[in-house]
Amino acid sequence: MKGSNGAGGRERVIRFALFAMASISIFSVLLILLFIFKESLPAIRSQGFTLLTTNWSPNVSDPSAGSYGMLAFLNGTILTTLGGMALGAPLGVGTAVFIIQIAPERIEGILRRGIEMLAGIPSVIIGWFGLTLLVPYIARVTGTSGYGILAASIVLAVMVLPTVVVLSMEALKSLPHELEEASLAMGATRWQTIRHALLPAARRGILVAVILGMGRAIGETMAVQMVVGNARQLAFSLTERTSTLTSRIITDMGESTGVFRSALFAQGLVLLLLVMLLILGVKLVSRDKKVK
Amino acid sequence: MVDETPIDDTKTRISEYSRRCADSFTRETRMEEPTKESEPRITTDSLSMSYGEFKALEDITVQVPRRSITAIIGPSGCGKSSLLRCFNRMNDLVEGCRVTGEVKLDGEDIYAPGYDVIQLRRTVGMVFQRPNPFPKTVYDNVAYGPRLSGVKDKERLNRVVEESLKKAALWEEVKGKLKGSAMNLSGGQQQRLCIARVLAVEPEVILLDEPCSALDPVATQRVEDLLAELKERYTMVIVTHNMQQAARVSDFTAFVMIENQGEPGKVVEFGDTNHMFTNPVDERTERYITGRFG
Repeated sequence: MKGSNGAGGRERVIRFALFAMASISIFSVLLILLFIFKESLPAIRSQGFTLLTTNWSPNVSDPSAGSYGMLAFLNGTILTTLGGMALGAPLGVGTAVFIIQIAPERIEGILRRGIEMLAGIPSVIIGWFGLTLLVPYIARVTGTSGYGILAASIVLAVMVLPTVVVLSMEALKSLPHELEEASLAMGATRWQTIRHALLPAARRGILVAVILGMGRAIGETMAVQMVVGNARQLAFSLTERTSTLTSRIITDMGESTGVFRSALFAQGLVLLLLVMLLILGVKLVSRDKKVK
Repeated sequence: MVDETPIDDTKTRISEYSRRCADSFTRETRMEEPTKESEPRITTDSLSMSYGEFKALEDITVQVPRRSITAIIGPSGCGKSSLLRCFNRMNDLVEGCRVTGEVKLDGEDIYAPGYDVIQLRRTVGMVFQRPNPFPKTVYDNVAYGPRLSGVKDKERLNRVVEESLKKAALWEEVKGKLKGSAMNLSGGQQQRLCIARVLAVEPEVILLDEPCSALDPVATQRVEDLLAELKERYTMVIVTHNMQQAARVSDFTAFVMIENQGEPGKVVEFGDTNHMFTNPVDERTERYITGRFG
């Protein structure tokens, strides 16, 4: 389209403006990636593989004398995420099945809006709820501090629910009605139909829902930091205080300088890599769908 | 046309029937049963059906004879699919749907309180307008029904799958790709797979809701040939908007239509297909089958 006249000129301006906007969005992603990589370089250079150990003994006055192994926190991130998904994924998929398959159409909208509202609750509120209700309760029942992977997992389960529920609902909704009819017409009960015809048919969409929920759980910071205990130790017990990558970064970023600070960026880099792996997973799962 | 059966006789027949249903592998002997041959498989008496306020069908009284194909024809929206779905109570799934009158399967009222709908749907299978295989393998599609009723034995599943696919005239085409996805089959193959899937449940009646409307002429021909073969063993009811198809495949025909907009569908004429197509009793039937409306 050659625009020497007025309309063509405006067309070109708009096209350029949109191009600029898209460039800014994509550029900022690249910039963040580059920036985090650049900032973590000093730590990677001076610490090397120590970064991937459990040896975390920062030195605030002389950062380069400290040791910054993040394995304990990576472990915390992975365990809290898995814990959150172990609770949140079945709960979310079950909720989606209920809303789409069991609940009468009238209340489907109400339930859906309720779930969407849950997505809008700021994470600090959910964290606070965890801190004032959940942690004391776990403390009373188990006789521990109450902080730790269990509390964080429960909080994360609540936080991933909207993602898992809404996307699973979409996956179930997109199934042709004929599938359900075919199963019921063969004498399947409603539950058999859900279990053997609908869930398997929607499994890719549900898998994407769970992976995206996982992405949210990995990156969640505020709510987790409030209940995980923030101890700088490797923990495998559900009720032992520990840290996640995110909670470590937010706890330490104020007082860190030099290599200490760079080590925190390296943790951010690892987080980013984890999330990118998940996105790759989603890509693989949904590409498979097109081939069918 | 139909012999009157004493009530006691009916009762024994029902109990005997359900006993036979329990063992799904006595099909051959059941088919040899001579005494029931003359009685219709499905009868309706003053059947009416409504969706909420809207009355879709009124005063339907038809009889579906055994081992034959009965076609339900009529203009779009006349309620022929609704009528078909009364026979396996698929209408139950529609909110606000109400059925009055009687529908009997082998003399037993299927709308009676406490009637086992699950068993009904195993006895009365259904094939839908659009081929709707599950997004599973060919094998798993056919094994779906038997597995639901608890068959786990591999040997037995293999046998049922092979037999069903053979009965559906699909075995030769898919025997090499049983573990391939059913979605990779052609439309016509998918529809025959759906028929095989129904056959695997060992039904006695098969309802077909415009089974060829999404198929090309060649695939249609194959399905029609298959229906003609299956007629030897099963009672079939087929809804079709294709007059030639009704004339080709069916033995009996019910013509359903709506007199005026908003009124319920009624059976205008019911009887022997050849007779109806060559010598219709009702003037409206004649106008419809000669293509003057609908």
